[in-house]
Formats: sequence, C-alpha cells, structure tokens
Amino acid sequence: MRMGAATALGVAALLLVGGCDDMTKQKKQNPYASRATAPGEVPAGTVQYGETATPVPPVTMALLARGQSEYHVFCAPCHAETGDGHGMIVQRGFPAPPPLAAARPQFVYDVVTDGRGVMYGFAQRIAPEDRWAVVAYVHALQRSQRMALADLTAEQRAVP
Amino acid sequence: MAAIFSPRANVIVAVTMLGAVGAVAGLCLWWFAWPRSDYVRHVGWAIQQPVPFSHQHHVAGLGIDCRFCHSSVERSAQASLPPTFTCMTCHSQIWTNAALLAPVRDSLASGRPIVWARVTDVPDYVYFNHSIHVSKGVGCVSCHGDVARMPLTFKAKSLTMQFCVDCHRDPGPNLRPLAHVYDTDWHRDDATPPPAELMRAYHIGGRNLTECSICHR
Repeated sequence: MRMGAATALGVAALLLVGGCDDMTKQKKQNPYASRATAPGEVPAGTVQYGETATPVPPVTMALLARGQSEYHVFCAPCHAETGDGHGMIVQRGFPAPPPLAAARPQFVYDVVTDGRGVMYGFAQRIAPEDRWAVVAYVHALQRSQRMALADLTAEQRAVP
Repeated sequence: MAAIFSPRANVIVAVTMLGAVGAVAGLCLWWFAWPRSDYVRHVGWAIQQPVPFSHQHHVAGLGIDCRFCHSSVERSAQASLPPTFTCMTCHSQIWTNAALLAPVRDSLASGRPIVWARVTDVPDYVYFNHSIHVSKGVGCVSCHGDVARMPLTFKAKSLTMQFCVDCHRDPGPNLRPLAHVYDTDWHRDDATPPPAELMRAYHIGGRNLTECSICHR
C-alpha cells in the first residue's frame, strides 16, 4: 500500500515537471520562420493569382475619407498630396510621374492594381474596395483643384 | 571537560545561517527578476539584419507611412513584414547599384524571401492581434516606441504580461483619435478628446479586457 502511494506521488511529481516547459515556443506551422523551410519553388497545384471584379461602391464621405487615407499612405510618396507628382520619393531620384490627369475610373483602378511604367502594382497592398476609394478620392482631388467659384451652389459656398 | 565549541563558533554559525538565508533570498530574487530584466528581454538591442534597414531614414526622413510596408496591419493579426516586391517599389529605380541592397535584389531575382530577424515577439501562447488595436485607436508607438527615430530597429518596450495588462486594465490614456494611430510624433494635447470619451467612441468597456481568453487561447 505504501509502495502504491509512493509510486502515485512520483508519477504526480513527474507530471508536474512536465509543466516546466513554458510553451513560449510551440511547434506551430510557420514555414516562413526560417530559410530552410520557406518554400523556394512554386508548389505544384498553385494557380495564377486573380481577382474577381469588385462592384463599384457608392461614393460617400466615408469612402472619400478612406480614399484620402489610402492615397496618403500609398500614393503620396511619389504623386504628392496634391497629385502634382513631386512627392518625396521623386525628390530623392525616382522618375517623376505625370500630374494626375482626368481619366476613366476603371483606368485609374487598373493602374493602382497593376501599376504602369515604373510604378509597381498595389494589388497586394490595397484591397479592391480601398482601390475604389482611392479612385474616388483622386477624382475629388482633381475636381477640387479645377473648381471655379461660379460652379459651386450657394449651399456649397456657405460651407467654410 | 573542555567546551566542544570555542567562542568563535557562535560567529561562524551566525554568518553561515545569514549567508544561507541571503543566498536563498538572492536566488529567489534572481529567479523572479532576471527573466523580467530588459537585458534578458532584449529591450534596446539593435538586431543584426540581412539589410541594415533604417526606419529613421524611411519614416522620419521620407515620411513613408507604416502601412506602406506593414500593409496588412489594419486587416490581419500580423502587421506583416513587406515582401521584397514592396522594397523594390522604390528600389527598382533608386539606389539600384547599392551594395547594401544586394540581398534585396537577389531575393527578387531568385524568388526567395529575405529572412529578417524578429525584433518584437510575444510568446506563442499570446494571440496578439494588430488589427483590433489599430482600429481601436492604439498607436504603433504605444508598444513599438518611436520607431521613426531608430536607425536600426530595436525592441523599445519590455512587452511583459504586466505591460499588456497595465493597458488592458485602463486603456483610455493610451488611446488616440484614429487619424493619429500611425503618427510617430503625436502627443495628447488640449484638442484631444479625453480618455473616457475615446473609450466610448471606440465602444471599449463593454467587455472585461483582462479576461484570460482575450489574449490566451
């Protein structure tokens, strides 16, 4: 009987020792954690990345605000906040883009997605709905710069 | 009969006992404090990287937003390290012959990702989620420090459980308006809504943020 109790105590103590692993590092699947396991070649069965067409969202103030934020993050480094193409990266030697010109929304969307000329595409950095927000903001930016006072309604003029 | 112990024995016993107690106390203190020290937690250590990337130059100098590279931070648990493609957005045209950037060009040419050394890590039993923090007004600076002033990136905060829980008990003072989450140079001023108002605006406070399952699964 005493032997049984001692064995039970020993097993319990061993189980407790098992808790000494603090589980800071766990064997979770993360092939990119080291160069040895990171996939170098394209695995078999991989298909070309593609996107389904995203419906054009209605233009709202929230969409424009989102577009302004995304434009600031991803476009302004080269295109500048004003869209004139003299952003900080251009000042440091990147070929200057032409000033943003009036274009079809789908064209602007496609340029943001796939890039154009020396501009890389942003498909993987800007989500499709956010790209439409950028398109809307760019349009608003252009209109704001080419707006004559006479074109504004009395209500719009009243806004400070 | 002669005494077994000389008078010196009293001193020896006292010193030995004090020493033993001191050693045990010291060991306990060391066992408790050492893992929490900034040294063990690598706070302030600049980590060797394959490319000596300077946040100071890119963020403070050029004004590039955090999200340009860490682009999944708003949608994902991970802020994510940028793929080589992101580096080459600019470096396909700028500094194209720089020796420092050779690993970046090699990575693009070979299709093998650059393996950066992790600067900030939490234990695997902590399920930290970036997206919820940035969408509830916690600035990057709150946990990562002023990265825009780091020529080489280092861990700026201890990131102990104490550090996390201090904020989870009272998030208000660490919240900022959404427009300033990525601002590395933002400070609360008179125009900033008070903490309680920000808590309401972000709908924080309905759930106890110190529940275990908030961070541990």
